[in-house]
Amino acid sequence: MKKETMPEALRIMYRIRLFEEHAKKMHKENLLAGNFMGALHTYIGEEAIAAGVSMLLNKDDYVFSTHRGHGHFIAKGGSIKKMLAELMGKEAGCSSGRGGSMHLFDTEINFMGGNGIVGAGLPLATGAAYRAKYLKTKQVSVCYFGDGAASQGTFHESLNLASLWKLPVIFVCENNCYAVNTPVSETICIKDVAQRASGYGMPGEAVDGNSLSDVYTAAEKAVARARDGAGPSLLECKTYRIDPHCMVAGDMRKKEEIDKWKERDPIKLSEKWILNEGIAGPDDLRKIREEVAEEIKEAEQFALSAPLPDRKKFREEAMDIDGSKGALK
Amino acid sequence: MREIKYVEAVNEALMEEMENDTGVFIIGEEVSCAGGAFRATEGLFEKFGPERVRDAPISESGFTGLAVGAAMAGLRPVAEIMYLDFITTAMDQVINQAAKVSFMSGNRIKAPLVIRAPYGIGTREAAQHSQSLEAWFAHTPGLKVVMPSTPYDAKGLLKTSIRDDSPVIFLENRILYFKKGPVPREEYLIPLGQADIKRKGKDITVVALSNMVPKALEAAGMLSEEIEMEVIDPRTLVPLDIETIAGSLKKTGRLLVLHEAPERCGFGAEIVRQVSEQAFDYLDAPPKVLGGLNVPIPFSPVLEDACVPSAEDVADAVKKIIPR
Repeated sequence: MKKETMPEALRIMYRIRLFEEHAKKMHKENLLAGNFMGALHTYIGEEAIAAGVSMLLNKDDYVFSTHRGHGHFIAKGGSIKKMLAELMGKEAGCSSGRGGSMHLFDTEINFMGGNGIVGAGLPLATGAAYRAKYLKTKQVSVCYFGDGAASQGTFHESLNLASLWKLPVIFVCENNCYAVNTPVSETICIKDVAQRASGYGMPGEAVDGNSLSDVYTAAEKAVARARDGAGPSLLECKTYRIDPHCMVAGDMRKKEEIDKWKERDPIKLSEKWILNEGIAGPDDLRKIREEVAEEIKEAEQFALSAPLPDRKKFREEAMDIDGSKGALK
Repeated sequence: MREIKYVEAVNEALMEEMENDTGVFIIGEEVSCAGGAFRATEGLFEKFGPERVRDAPISESGFTGLAVGAAMAGLRPVAEIMYLDFITTAMDQVINQAAKVSFMSGNRIKAPLVIRAPYGIGTREAAQHSQSLEAWFAHTPGLKVVMPSTPYDAKGLLKTSIRDDSPVIFLENRILYFKKGPVPREEYLIPLGQADIKRKGKDITVVALSNMVPKALEAAGMLSEEIEMEVIDPRTLVPLDIETIAGSLKKTGRLLVLHEAPERCGFGAEIVRQVSEQAFDYLDAPPKVLGGLNVPIPFSPVLEDACVPSAEDVADAVKKIIPR
């Protein structure tokens, strides 16, 4: 990874972290989805993955995300304002309030949506890659998914199809050690998800997902392979989710384990690296952080003041969503 | 006018739309050299090559999802499910992905794909190869559901379905596949949501789905000396042309709905609901649905045939509704 791009990647990580810390606060204050809790799955502790992968992507490359997608969205270049408005169910949201936290979309940057179904994004990402190859566009398609998804049939079917037809997909497994509360050791019969790549004739690599440069270096190979028309890769990023599965879920994990992973916070590791290498000084990093904080504040103002969708108009639209003729005269 | 088989009409529609739009491609099991299990895609591979006529492994979830993703990215895939029954293994991709992505994205993303599936009872293939599942899809907001009964309708509706920006479930009846009917050589389209009156009559409105249309017409012939049946084929369940059905009821005052799917929660119940709510004043008799038995389809031909209404059953039902 080029040293001078490191602060830019760190800025992405700050944007994700500060956004989510703020979203959590708003969630606790019941500001997000009225009086209902709604879903909010945070990415805190996993930021280096989306930041590292996205540094390699062009604006028109496809990204298919998960239920834990805020970080993917920000890293791809999605608008924080529109995402926060979406989390509040506003018409100005990136999905017009129809999708919410798990279904973020932005067609300007080919951010093709989060997904509420574990493992469902893999065939979709494979399909977008099919188009890229079909039209010879040189775009690549990135699919993020968790360790839980690696046990879904769609994982196996998609890896097979993508490899069979040499499609430009990068399958990025964010192995955060748990599917909700079930440890990965109880769901996967081998050490690394990445080992499964060999069964589908593609490279598979397991890396430290909390290390920005490790993620970047591995993703660089996978993206280059996809762009060259050589086919898909499976990249497993070993990481840890610091928060519970979501803001309304219980947590059965041991505090000591969580604390141990907090010491390997990807943001702290990146800051340390940047400072040690002399790429930037503490003041530079503070400045980036302050700029990001300002951006989040503006996003909150935007989202709070944006109007809610119009109930009456929505009901009228819903009447002919499928083109059926309405009530008889 | 020349006559061609239903399956040939499907083939012609695919051929023409692939010529019209390079974004149209076909994916499914054995769709290339084999031409599909029922030869609906015969000759397409030779003409358009492997990228556009893509043989998939037995991975319904994978290749259906691939088609959804390709549609989201701007192509117009036509996925073939060899037997409609097999779509169960791809239901997440149909119900949670294809049907919802346009809505969930605030209409930013479309999923213009067609899922074609041969289906239906009567080929002695037992419970997992014979189902009529149209009601499942009609119950899911975001999907359109098309089930033509003639070669003419199959061709015109498939062409429109491929051009439609919504995901369309296109159900092709296997018994009808090899029946011939008139199809013009010139290009034509049939809009979705437009019922067709297959036979005019004044005494009773019989709404029939897919393979029940020929049986209804046969019954109409059997009864023609005493009763004039009006036979309506809605052709598309979503969108549904309830106006044509109600217009007929205004004249006849009596309704019989026919389908091969089980009666319980079948699409007939939906038609009767809409008629009861919106055209109650036209009814002179209780509306009736005649559908399949609420059982899995048995293998033994004698039992299989007992599961769905025959032309005689239709004629009997009509006679019961109309007082002598």
